[in-house]
Amino acid sequence: MTINKFIEKFAEAVEVEDASTLSANTEFRNLEEWSSLAYLSVIALMDEEFDVQIEMEDFKKLKTIQEVFDACTKE
Amino acid sequence: MAYIQYDGVGITAMAAAVPKRVIVNREYTEVFSKAEADEIVDKTGIEQRRFADENTCSSDLCLAAAEKLIADNSIDKEDIELLVFISQTPDYRMPATSVTLQHRLGLPNKTIAFDINLGCSAFIYGLSVVYGMMERSNLKKALLLDGETRSKVYSPRDRRSAFLFGDGGVAALIERDPKFGKSTFSLNSDGSRADLIMIPAGGYRKMSSAETVVEKVVDEFGNMRSDEQGYMRGGDVFNFVIREIPRDIKSTLALTEKTVDDFDYVVFHQANNFINSYIMKKMKLDAAKIPSTIAKFGNTSSVSVPLTIVSELKGKLDGKKDLLLSAFGVGMTWATGIVPFVDCKISEIVEVENGKAV
Repeated sequence: MTINKFIEKFAEAVEVEDASTLSANTEFRNLEEWSSLAYLSVIALMDEEFDVQIEMEDFKKLKTIQEVFDACTKE
Repeated sequence: MAYIQYDGVGITAMAAAVPKRVIVNREYTEVFSKAEADEIVDKTGIEQRRFADENTCSSDLCLAAAEKLIADNSIDKEDIELLVFISQTPDYRMPATSVTLQHRLGLPNKTIAFDINLGCSAFIYGLSVVYGMMERSNLKKALLLDGETRSKVYSPRDRRSAFLFGDGGVAALIERDPKFGKSTFSLNSDGSRADLIMIPAGGYRKMSSAETVVEKVVDEFGNMRSDEQGYMRGGDVFNFVIREIPRDIKSTLALTEKTVDDFDYVVFHQANNFINSYIMKKMKLDAAKIPSTIAKFGNTSSVSVPLTIVSELKGKLDGKKDLLLSAFGVGMTWATGIVPFVDCKISEIVEVENGKAV
């Protein structure tokens, strides 16, 4: 999966209507749509697309969409 | 994974009781806005729950369910020789609620009675305990009671738990009969994750004090609770569940050389629709085989599996039906049960107000 495709899927999970407002460097916790429910959707995205399950402690360290993507694809 | 198998024991009758008071989540807006409530309901699928009033305990819900079961099936109380009560919201820290229920139900003093404190997977754990005792004895009948008043556990000012939990109680009559054939249980625990779902204070590690009942702001979202109220780290629970539950179901099926297609119904712990539909999708399960009470009763902890059977499978359990049960939660503990049902008699759900059936 490319980073651009991932950004689209991330936007869908977090319910950001216009994915073009996001970039790899977007700090997702600053998004108006970010919430504990959005977090669950991102976990589902990571599991479904990459079979990656990340602990909350590790997820807390991720700031940008790029960093989430890297956490999914690092292996 | 630890597996246990039994032969010739099964559930012959079931009944359930819920509080009369209905909480409609989209109108549960004393603390949070209508928009927030709608957003949470859209995601969790929990439209309604039942909340016990101050005079109703888990034990009262179980008592009402047990009395209904005993009456509907003309059970001789002298025949009930084992009573197990499952709950994390008992009447007292001591004595065990099961023993008070032995008396309140009018059961004889020869009745074996004890409690099991475990959480959401506890009905499956409880079945395996009772099946084991029944298989290895000549006890006539056993009553497995499972009740929770989770509405009293969580803060209404913590949005991560305020919209999820509800109350209920069930009674299951368990007897020996060769017609049931084999049942299989996989029971698991991971105490390294004890802090994912917890009520930190009020036990003996951090005893009740003036300080433990004070509500505090606990996060950057302004959620509030005291240390005597429960919290849940939903993200970590979700992560855990989507990893462990499919794995446990698959390995239990492999052990018994069955596939999901061999089952008439698959009954999951009713956590919320987000988790449950994700598991269903991940495991490619047929929605028609998966009864749900998430919309009408929410998450009732250990009660959710048997309550869903009583609510959704009444009239559908004639003849032999194979059920796959799966539940997970606080502990963490998780369990899978392969449980045959044969002509199980299911009573109508009873409503309870002020501690009594109405």
